[in-house]
Amino acid sequence: MTTTGTERPAPAGPPAAPPAPAGRGIARISAALWRRAWLRATLTLSPPLAWFLVIYFASLVLMLVTAFWTVNSFTNELEHSWTLANFRQILTGTYLTIIGRTVAIAAIVTVTDAVVAFPFAYFMARVASPRTRNLLFLAVLLPLWLSYLARVFAWIAILEKNGALSWAVSHLGLGAPVLAYSNTAMWIVFCYIWLPFMIVPVYGALERIPDSLIEASMDLGGRSWRTFRQVILPLALPGVAAGSIFTFALTLGDYITPILIGGASSNFIGNAIYDNVGLANNLPFAASLAVVPIVIMSVYLLGARALGAFDAL
Amino acid sequence: MNLSMTHVRRAGAVSVLAAVALLAAACGSSTSTPATTGGGGAGLGVPPTQSMPVLSSIGKGEGHLNLVAWEGYAQPEWVKPFEQATGCQVSAKYAGSSSEMVQLMTTPGNQYDLVSASGDADLRLIYGGAVRPININLMPNWKNFLSFLKSPDFNTVNGHHYGISYEFGPNVLLYSKKAFPSGPPTSWSVIYSSKYKGEVTVPDNPIQIADAALYLESTTPSLGITDPYELTTPQFDAAVNLLKAEHVLIAKYWDLASQEISLFSSGTTVVGAAWPYQTNTLVAEKVAVGDTIPTQGATGWADTWMLAKNAPDPNCAYKWMQWVTTPQIQAEEADYFGETPANHLACPIMNKIQAGSCSAYHENAPLSYFKTIKFWKTPLATCDNGKDDCVPFSQWVSAWTQITG
Repeated sequence: MTTTGTERPAPAGPPAAPPAPAGRGIARISAALWRRAWLRATLTLSPPLAWFLVIYFASLVLMLVTAFWTVNSFTNELEHSWTLANFRQILTGTYLTIIGRTVAIAAIVTVTDAVVAFPFAYFMARVASPRTRNLLFLAVLLPLWLSYLARVFAWIAILEKNGALSWAVSHLGLGAPVLAYSNTAMWIVFCYIWLPFMIVPVYGALERIPDSLIEASMDLGGRSWRTFRQVILPLALPGVAAGSIFTFALTLGDYITPILIGGASSNFIGNAIYDNVGLANNLPFAASLAVVPIVIMSVYLLGARALGAFDAL
Repeated sequence: MNLSMTHVRRAGAVSVLAAVALLAAACGSSTSTPATTGGGGAGLGVPPTQSMPVLSSIGKGEGHLNLVAWEGYAQPEWVKPFEQATGCQVSAKYAGSSSEMVQLMTTPGNQYDLVSASGDADLRLIYGGAVRPININLMPNWKNFLSFLKSPDFNTVNGHHYGISYEFGPNVLLYSKKAFPSGPPTSWSVIYSSKYKGEVTVPDNPIQIADAALYLESTTPSLGITDPYELTTPQFDAAVNLLKAEHVLIAKYWDLASQEISLFSSGTTVVGAAWPYQTNTLVAEKVAVGDTIPTQGATGWADTWMLAKNAPDPNCAYKWMQWVTTPQIQAEEADYFGETPANHLACPIMNKIQAGSCSAYHENAPLSYFKTIKFWKTPLATCDNGKDDCVPFSQWVSAWTQITG
């Protein structure tokens, strides 16, 4: 039989599985896995997926399903009768106020932290010497080693009547402001506590901007404000979006700071949930309240993803 | 290994769908009939465990004891001697609220023996069938109890004792002596008065509505309130409106006793509702405060150790109930927690632990003092007037959220 050199050799089939020393059984399993890529994928993913589904997802779903049920308030037993009554109750005055207050303060905290963190992160990323940068990092991250409660109590001591702030201001002759036990106090405390979570992603985004881009912008005639507005800011925005996920979500779900330093009208969604689980034992209503931040955060995360936050994290 | 993204996505999707289908099948199909709807209808009826036999004598301990208790109720100071004396090893599950206690005791599969429930949880436990009657004759200290705590109606139903009273405390009016130089205020009106706007504090607890109702009982007799825990809708609405008007006067609703202590020691608040614990702590810190029970009376709380329906260690449970009602332990608990013992023989021991504590906690007060206290009990839809038009506790909670929200 004559073969010409231009004939292509027949394409090789899947390489034969190496002979398994332990016998034909393992060889067959190995061959089966080799042929069926979807089976390999399933087996590899099963352990982490099982953990995620069974321990995290399933328990969350089981709790959220109770949002459609009711509880017999006297005997404390769940009644598995499907109803939307809990959700209808959330859409009434008081709960809408609570939800609005939570979202508003979360938004204000996010904006404030972005404004405060940006110059700080810019200095750390582009101006400071490596030694100064390390010291600043230490300063930013050190408070995270302290207990959350200790930091909030410290702010109570600062902001309360006859506290450090009113003492200092009164010595300047400017009256004695008492900020504690108000929404303003909560805003201050939240901004302080979540600031490291905003500084670090913004720092990461700013650090990644190559100097050559800035030089090129200046070569093209852009002065510092224009360069900042049109080159640096757009490139740093994903970092800000990533940091904002932390500040927004953490404020949205918090209930401890309102309890400690909030005033008479400072209830957050978390407080309403806490009251309904503990005091009232009304798990269905608490579950329906829990759906609200989940929905809000889903929308927020979609927006943050569009801004590139997940690439910057 | 070469896992292409399609394979990963497909495998992931299959697993998620399988899990969701399983979950939907598990939850969605259960159409169990609603639980016995107590609290409505033609009255509560008879507690389900009423006819259960009581222990006739205490036998040998089973070796262990599981408690559901308030923090501070199972301190090593009296747990360790108990364990050594009886061989019952104690493990305590601490709960933060009465509702949490009810939930722990009613969850099937939980194996607790005793619960130290407050009055607002007791009837829920009794009528929910979570606790069983005890034999009061096996409690030698019972005869030395203050008379109103021997068989109070929050733990004794139809003559059956569902537990033994433990300790109690009133919700007092705490005031700063600087704001009230001429002596203690005589009326609860001070916490509803705009004179102290921004300087008032009350507990962040729906049962506070009962305090407002108690105030209206004296000041607005036309409402016809006789029991601050059994309120018809117009009475309930009047109390809620009073509290809504009070909202602008409040500096902060306190959740923890320590919060109220720091509110008063910093001078943020000058008057409010408190427990004797806060008063005593502030006085020990040399803050010029005092407390009083105004003319309209006060609400209070009283705790009962109740025996679980299926308690696995009944002998150890009875031994514990005997132990904690002895004068020594009653005095130690009173001193630690800041409350008043049911056993009046604890008085001299309290004075030994801390001089003057017996009268500071009103242990030796005349009966007229105790009659001014309306102890917490679960607000139910069934009222003593025979009708079922009282407001149940679940509505108290949602009303409270509107007051504080």
